[in-house]
Amino acid sequence: MSTASTDKTLAHLADFHDEAPLVKGNLTFHDITEIVSSHTEKKTPFAWYGAFSLALAGLMLLVGMIAYLFWNGTGVWGLNNPVGWGYAIVNFVFWVGIGHAGTLISAILFLFRQQWRTAINRSAEAMTIFAVICALVFPTIHVGRVWAIYWTLPLPNQMNMWPQFKSPLLWDVFAVSTYFTVSLVFWYIGLVPDLASMRDRAKGKLRKLVLGVASMGWTGANRHWRNYEKAYLLLAALATPLVLSVHSVVSFDFAVSIVPGWHTTIFPPYFVAGAIFSGFAMVVTLLVIARKIYGVENIITVDHLEKMNIIILLTGTMVGFAYITEFFIAWYSGVQYEQYAFVNRMFGPYAWAYWTMMSCNLFFPQFFWFKKLRRNITFMFIISIFVNIGMWFERFVITVTSLHRDYLPSSWDYYTPTAVDVLTFVGTFGLFFTLFLLFLRFMPMVAVAEVKGIMPEADPHFYDHEGDGHHAEHAVEPSTQQ
Amino acid sequence: MLNQLARDVKASMSIYDAGDDKVYGLLAEFAHPGELLHAAEAVREAGFRHFDTHSPFPIHGMDKAMGLGNSIVGWITLGGGITGLSLATLMQWWMGAVDYPINISGKPFFAVEPSIPIMFELTVLLASLATAAGMFALNGLPRPYNPLFYSKNFARVTDDAFFLHIAASDTKFDRDATAQMLEKLGASNVETIHDHGVEDQD
Repeated sequence: MSTASTDKTLAHLADFHDEAPLVKGNLTFHDITEIVSSHTEKKTPFAWYGAFSLALAGLMLLVGMIAYLFWNGTGVWGLNNPVGWGYAIVNFVFWVGIGHAGTLISAILFLFRQQWRTAINRSAEAMTIFAVICALVFPTIHVGRVWAIYWTLPLPNQMNMWPQFKSPLLWDVFAVSTYFTVSLVFWYIGLVPDLASMRDRAKGKLRKLVLGVASMGWTGANRHWRNYEKAYLLLAALATPLVLSVHSVVSFDFAVSIVPGWHTTIFPPYFVAGAIFSGFAMVVTLLVIARKIYGVENIITVDHLEKMNIIILLTGTMVGFAYITEFFIAWYSGVQYEQYAFVNRMFGPYAWAYWTMMSCNLFFPQFFWFKKLRRNITFMFIISIFVNIGMWFERFVITVTSLHRDYLPSSWDYYTPTAVDVLTFVGTFGLFFTLFLLFLRFMPMVAVAEVKGIMPEADPHFYDHEGDGHHAEHAVEPSTQQ
Repeated sequence: MLNQLARDVKASMSIYDAGDDKVYGLLAEFAHPGELLHAAEAVREAGFRHFDTHSPFPIHGMDKAMGLGNSIVGWITLGGGITGLSLATLMQWWMGAVDYPINISGKPFFAVEPSIPIMFELTVLLASLATAAGMFALNGLPRPYNPLFYSKNFARVTDDAFFLHIAASDTKFDRDATAQMLEKLGASNVETIHDHGVEDQD
C-alpha cells in the first residue's frame, strides 16, 4: 500500500479501528497466499524433523506411561487418602484452560470486530483443539477402570443404568466434549477456503485429490460466501457463551463440593479469567517461535503480540485480584476451616507452590505496563513461560492444598507426585507438540482468506474517488499477473 | 414445475445446467473487488439471475449488488438449538426421574437447576452442528465436480483473481451478446466454459 493512499483508505475503514495497517511490508493478495501456502509445499526442513522427533519421543513417553498405568492401576501415582485428586486433575484443568485463548481469539474477538485476530486465529484455534485433546487424556485415565469410561455417556446398556445428571463431573463430560466438537467444526469451516487455495496451487495428483476432497469443491462463489459468513458469525456467537461455560463447569467440579478453599462462588469467573490468561501466554510462546521460523513476521507483527500481552496483563491482574478476594472472603466468612485453608496455602507446607503462583501470575505480568517491554520479543517470551508455569501451579495449589488438610487433622497428609505422574505430564507436551508440528507442516498456519479480507485493498470502495465510481489514480492494483 | 423448482434451488447454490451445446457459461475476469462489484450490479440490472461472482475473500456489499437477501442459515441454527434443548431436557428428566430414579442426598429426581449445564451444552452442540451442516447444504457442498474447474485461469480465484460467471441456463444468456456486455463492463479475459468433461488445453 502506498503511503499516499494510507490516510484516505484507513479513514474509510475506520469504522472499527484507527490504527496502522495490520499487514506490514506492502504485501499483495498473492504474496499472502504465497507466504502461507509455500511452507506446506516445500521440502520438509531439517529442523522440523529434529523438533518432531523430540515431540514424538514425548508422545511415546505418554503412551508408555499410560500403558504402565493401565497395567498397574492408579496406585502408581502419588495419590493418597486425603489427596484423591492430584496431577491428573491439575493437568486436565491446565490444558483445558490453555485451549480457551484460541476460542477467545476466534469467536469473541470476531464478535467485537477486532480485525487483528485474523493473523493469529488459525494457529490459536489449532492450539485449542490440541490442548483439549491433551486435557481429555487425564479424566479418561483417571477413572481407574478405563474400560468403563463409556459409563459417563448416556448409552443404553445391559445394566439398565443411566449416568447421574446431578454430578458436576458429568457436566464436565458434556461441556468438554461439546467444546471440542464445536472448536473442531469452527476450525474446519475457517479452513475450507484456505484448503481450496492450496488445492488450486497443488502440483501432485495425490495432493490435489486430498485437498480437493478436504476443501469440498470451494470456488469462492459469493452465493457461498453469503451463507458461509452467516454461519461463521453464528458459530462465533455460539462459541462465545460456550467458552465461558466450559471453564465455569470445570470450576463446578471444585465449587459444588464442600471442601474448604473450593466451596466459593468466585470460582467460575476466576477460572475463566485464568484460562484466558494461560491460553494467551501459550499463544505468545508458540507464535514467537513459529512466526520467526516460518517468516510470517509481516503477518503476525509485533503489534499483534503486543495486543496479546495487554490481554495477559489484564487477565493476569484479574486473576491476582481473585486470589486476594478469595483471601478476604475466607477471613470475612468467619468460618474457621475456610480461614485455615487460605493461611495454610500461604504459609503451610505448600507455601513454595503458592508463592510460585503469586509471583508468576500476579507479579511478572505487571512488567507489561511498559510499552518497551511488551514489544520486546525475548522479554515477552520469558514472561509467557513464567505465566504457563504460574498457571499450572495455580491449579496445583487449588487442588492439592485444599485436599491435603481439610477438616480432621488426623487425616491430614502430604502429597508428593511420583515419577509416573511427572512423566505423564511431560508426555502430554509431546502429544501437544506432535500435533502442533504436524499442523504447522501441513496446514495453512494463517487464515489466508480472512487476512486478505481485512486488507484495505479488499474494500471495493478502496478503488473509488469520492463516490463517482472512477478508479482513484493512487489506488494500487492488486497483482493479477501470474 | 418441480424441475423448475429444483433448477432454482440449484441456482441458489451456484449450480447450473449446461445447454445442449455443452456451454456452461461465460467466465470474465475483473481487476479488483471494486470492478467486480460494479460489474455484478450492472449484470443484475441487465436482468440476469443465473450469475455469481467468485473471489478469494467475501466482498463487502456484494450481496446487495447481486440482489441476494439475507442467508437463511440462522433458521437452521435455531432448529438445531431447539432440538438440543428439548433433547437435553427430555433426556435428563426421563433418565433421572422416570427410568432410573435414584436418591442422591435427598435431591429431587429432576429439577431445572442441576439440569441447566447439560441443557446449555446440548443446545450449543446441536445448534453448531446444524449451522455447519446447514451452511454446506445451502451451498450445495461438497461438490467435487464443477465445470468452472476446467478453466486454468480459474485456479487463481482462491489466490488473487476476481471472476464473474454468467450461466448459460439464464434466460437472457446469449453467448456473443453477453460476452460483449462483459467486455464493456471492463472484463479482461472472457472465456466460454464448456461442460464436456475435458480440461481446456489453452
